[in-house]
Amino acid sequence: MAEQTPIIEFKSVSLAYGDTEILKGIDLSLEQGKFYTLLGPSGSGKTTILNLISGQLAATSGDILFENKRINDVPVEKRTVNTVFQDYALFPNMNVFENVAFGPSIKKMSKTDIERQVHDMLKLVKLDQYADRDISELSGGQRQRVAIARALANDPKVLLLDEPLSALDYKLRKDMQYELREIQQRLGITFVFVTHDQEEALAMSDWIFVMNDGVIQQNGTPEDIYDEPINHFVADFIGESNIVDGIMKTDYVVHFVGKDFENVDAGMRPNERVEVVLRPEDLDLTTIENGKLIVTIDDQSFRGDYYEITAIDDDGNEWQVQATNSAQVGERVGLTFDPEDIHIMRFNESEDDFDARLESYEDDDEE
Amino acid sequence: MKSKQQRQLFYLVPYGAWLLLFVIAPLFLLLFQSLTSANGGLTLHNYAVYFGSGTYLRMTFNSVWFAFLITLITLVISYPMAYLLNQLKRKQFWLLLVILPTWINLLLKTYAFIGLLSKTGTVNNFMSFFGIAPQQLLFSDWSFLLVAAYIEIPFMILPIFNSLAEIDPKLEQASRDLGANKWQTLRRVILPLSMPGVKAGIQAVFIPSLSLFMITRLIGGNRVITLGTAIEEHFLVTQNWQLGSTIGVILIVAMVVTMILTRDRVKKNTRK
Repeated sequence: MAEQTPIIEFKSVSLAYGDTEILKGIDLSLEQGKFYTLLGPSGSGKTTILNLISGQLAATSGDILFENKRINDVPVEKRTVNTVFQDYALFPNMNVFENVAFGPSIKKMSKTDIERQVHDMLKLVKLDQYADRDISELSGGQRQRVAIARALANDPKVLLLDEPLSALDYKLRKDMQYELREIQQRLGITFVFVTHDQEEALAMSDWIFVMNDGVIQQNGTPEDIYDEPINHFVADFIGESNIVDGIMKTDYVVHFVGKDFENVDAGMRPNERVEVVLRPEDLDLTTIENGKLIVTIDDQSFRGDYYEITAIDDDGNEWQVQATNSAQVGERVGLTFDPEDIHIMRFNESEDDFDARLESYEDDDEE
Repeated sequence: MKSKQQRQLFYLVPYGAWLLLFVIAPLFLLLFQSLTSANGGLTLHNYAVYFGSGTYLRMTFNSVWFAFLITLITLVISYPMAYLLNQLKRKQFWLLLVILPTWINLLLKTYAFIGLLSKTGTVNNFMSFFGIAPQQLLFSDWSFLLVAAYIEIPFMILPIFNSLAEIDPKLEQASRDLGANKWQTLRRVILPLSMPGVKAGIQAVFIPSLSLFMITRLIGGNRVITLGTAIEEHFLVTQNWQLGSTIGVILIVAMVVTMILTRDRVKKNTRK
């Protein structure tokens, strides 16, 4: 990763209304030209971060830097960022052309420049035939595109997207995910995308910030976050997870559901209490003799490309399994998995400690 | 099926009766009266008198001019007020305070103003503390405009307030986000979107102001003579119902013209 100055930086930014803390000391740094996602449940503070970048909200404390300049006190209209709003917020008194031309005309661009800019933007979102339409004549997906074109018409350095796809149906949402990603790569500007949909975040982002309770829980590439969730919340929020309590006996040996298992984690205190994560897609059904765990099938539903199976072990723990072969409800089967499928989470480990620990024993492995 | 239709017809009876008795019949009577002479024959004489008389035409112009001034004054005061009310936290409460005076009888309010503005009234009393001699405040164009505007302001604020309240706050955010400052946002987004309320307010103030008559007498001291005053004179004083009706018809025509001018021309741009 080349060292470049971040386009946006948060330095211990907090925001509170009276006693209610919305954001608690957020530190983050965004680079030019990447697709970032703020992912979290509603009320986690992700939209608040967006509003702090756009200037709709002011931080209670901390510094917000834009290209190394503090912008806490710069008013909304003076910032070179633009927003695609959740419900689009298109001006109903203007047609498609006028909506997209709003920003450029405020900037006092010449008439021909405005026309060219609007035309280019509508072409980018594939709506060049719709310039004269009224907003009320457009479908939800088309309004979405106008909103994107309008925000991009100002040539922002950063585009903020506030759950822009949440109102679209599944198929359209998939298409727009792909298209947004393409637009971002073509224009090479920074996108900050807010969503509560983990699938969307994993599919689109270069980098994800997982948020909860006004705190960034974990940040990293989609692969990092999926494969190495740092705590219970992240493991549970991103994808499906089986989480059980366990004890890390020594390096590379973890004890859970009454048995010792070989795994690939290390760097913890002997006999430390931990949480063990096993992803449903990493579990496979097998015969009882070959099973590392013996379970009884409790429920099964067909999902097209796999069977979603709920099974219960003899200790009463529930296991979600995504299996390619079906089973009978009530049948006793074995579950099998590989040592590298086991992911260990320590209680209250910070992101920095987590990264340091990972690095320490990965170095050991190479020796 | 039939009984359902009959029942619907039944529900229409009160409305139909009301419409017939208090809207259609009076309108026809008015029109009929205006087309008859004192001895009962059909004639256009009344209209000839009206249009031939400089006095009546001046009165008509006066009515329209004062109604225009009242509307303008209330609009200039009401729009910023409605805008500010909308920004307040408990806006419904503050709006209620503005609406409250409309629940009080018009005559009472008018008399209150006589008490305030008369030569021995509150305002002159107060001014005398500063050594200013009592002024003639009542019976002037200004006092008439003041009281008329005071009475009409709630009817202007209410529709404007409502149309402003309907505007999605996200639109204001979007405008700011796209680089417009507060003033540009007001001019290019808020003002156009609140026009339906402004038009409704103009209708609600301008049309009744055309036929104001009590205030013209009590506050304006008959110095301002409008069509409303003229109608009252003809019906109650000179007993010339025919000419009174003629002026009434003219007034109704003026109202209809105002409504046509201020209606929502195209019903596009209405969302959902």
